[in-house]
Amino acid sequence: MDKHQTALSVEDLHKRFGNVEVLKGISLTASKGDVISILGSSGSGKSTLLRCINFLEMPDRGKIIVGGEEILMETNKKGVNRPKDIKQIERIRTKLAMVFQQFNLWSHMTILENVIEAPVHVLKIPKAKALERAKYYLDKVGIGEKLSAYPAQLSGGQQQRAAIARALAVEPDVMLFDEPTSALDPELVGEVLQVIRNLAREGRTMIVVTHEMGFAKDVSTRVIFLHNGLIEEDGAPAMVFGNPKSDRFREFIAVAE
Amino acid sequence: MFSLQGYGPSILQGTLLTIELCLVSLAISMVLGIITALAKLSRVRAANLIAQAYTTIIRGIPDLVLMLLIFYGGQVFINQVGPMLGYDAYIDINPFMAGVSTIGFIFGAYMAETFRGAILAVPGGQLEAGYAYGMTRFKVFIRILMPQMVRHAIPGFGNNWLVLMKTTALVSIIGLKDMVRMAGLAAGATRMPFTFYLVVAFNYLILTSVSILILNRLNKRYSVGIIKN
Repeated sequence: MDKHQTALSVEDLHKRFGNVEVLKGISLTASKGDVISILGSSGSGKSTLLRCINFLEMPDRGKIIVGGEEILMETNKKGVNRPKDIKQIERIRTKLAMVFQQFNLWSHMTILENVIEAPVHVLKIPKAKALERAKYYLDKVGIGEKLSAYPAQLSGGQQQRAAIARALAVEPDVMLFDEPTSALDPELVGEVLQVIRNLAREGRTMIVVTHEMGFAKDVSTRVIFLHNGLIEEDGAPAMVFGNPKSDRFREFIAVAE
Repeated sequence: MFSLQGYGPSILQGTLLTIELCLVSLAISMVLGIITALAKLSRVRAANLIAQAYTTIIRGIPDLVLMLLIFYGGQVFINQVGPMLGYDAYIDINPFMAGVSTIGFIFGAYMAETFRGAILAVPGGQLEAGYAYGMTRFKVFIRILMPQMVRHAIPGFGNNWLVLMKTTALVSIIGLKDMVRMAGLAAGATRMPFTFYLVVAFNYLILTSVSILILNRLNKRYSVGIIKN
């Protein structure tokens, strides 16, 4: 497969909550194999951007194209932008696996059940195959021996690694990480970052909203800095960190370090 | 000594009818309850209003009055509407149907409040994760919301169920031969009211105790994955 094929593109995305315009026209393109870190202070709109990409929030305006397929939107009678076909959204979501800040593992299912849930019940993969796949990915994130535990019995780091296995199990085209280490105790951040790092090295396409500067600098192929709903800085990490164009990003790095 | 004077079998029959009434009413009330709870939480304004009106009216009128209204009023209503639709024969409301639908209708309103609270107690992120992995709304409801809300619903549900069981005693007034009615007949014929009502009281106590045991089991089953501190 062509490595430079476009996996995801976002064009002129707008989103407002009441009177606050959170996203004021964001465009970005992720090629296959890109690892894009999205940085920004809280309130900059970075999580909203990620949540708009898989339609957990409905964008007010703009286009989202996943694997060459544009998500069709329409304006209803009240002037609200909404998907034309919810089936299309559901199908697209299976190609975009999300890892949440609060893990959001299903608390009534064991780790193994969590990981096979979407493959079996959404993608309709035979259970035997889904189980095999689940075990493979759980081993890969290093919690292969916790199959039959419930999420509440695991540490935060283990839960987040299980959530990453859940995302891998749907074999998505793009992985979306929404501040994957922000809810973790400091001593547990490393193990989760290590897993994400390994995935990045495998050439998976990922969009990572994060506060981890080290990760953004060392692992990502591209860094985007959001400020007040607009992209202020966009480029390769060496370039962006080495020679920031925007004063705000300079300040942001200074504060972080 | 303690003798049922040959009325044992008829009391037993009444007891079976009471159990039937309980189970059928429960089924109706659960269906109505979950629909109403979803209507209350829906973003559709008309659904909110109808659900609100239903629970407000039902919870504000005594069960006995409602039952009489539905049984006698329903009879009159159906026989007025029937001829208009070209149906001339006199329609008798089946008292069993009248009983279970009234009780189901009443407890649907109470169940709705219990279910609504239980649905709200499930963290939004749990449902969001379902949507994020491509589940339909129905699938999120069946696979995630339902199994997680049960634990939150059980205490309120158990209360409603016990009260519902005891409310079935009211159907004796509309001519249903439940165990209260059968005991009444036996008490009248033998002039031993204490004996027969004691038997009935004891029967109710058995039914409610068994229910509590089953509910505790359910609670355990649906609390897997929850760590108690």
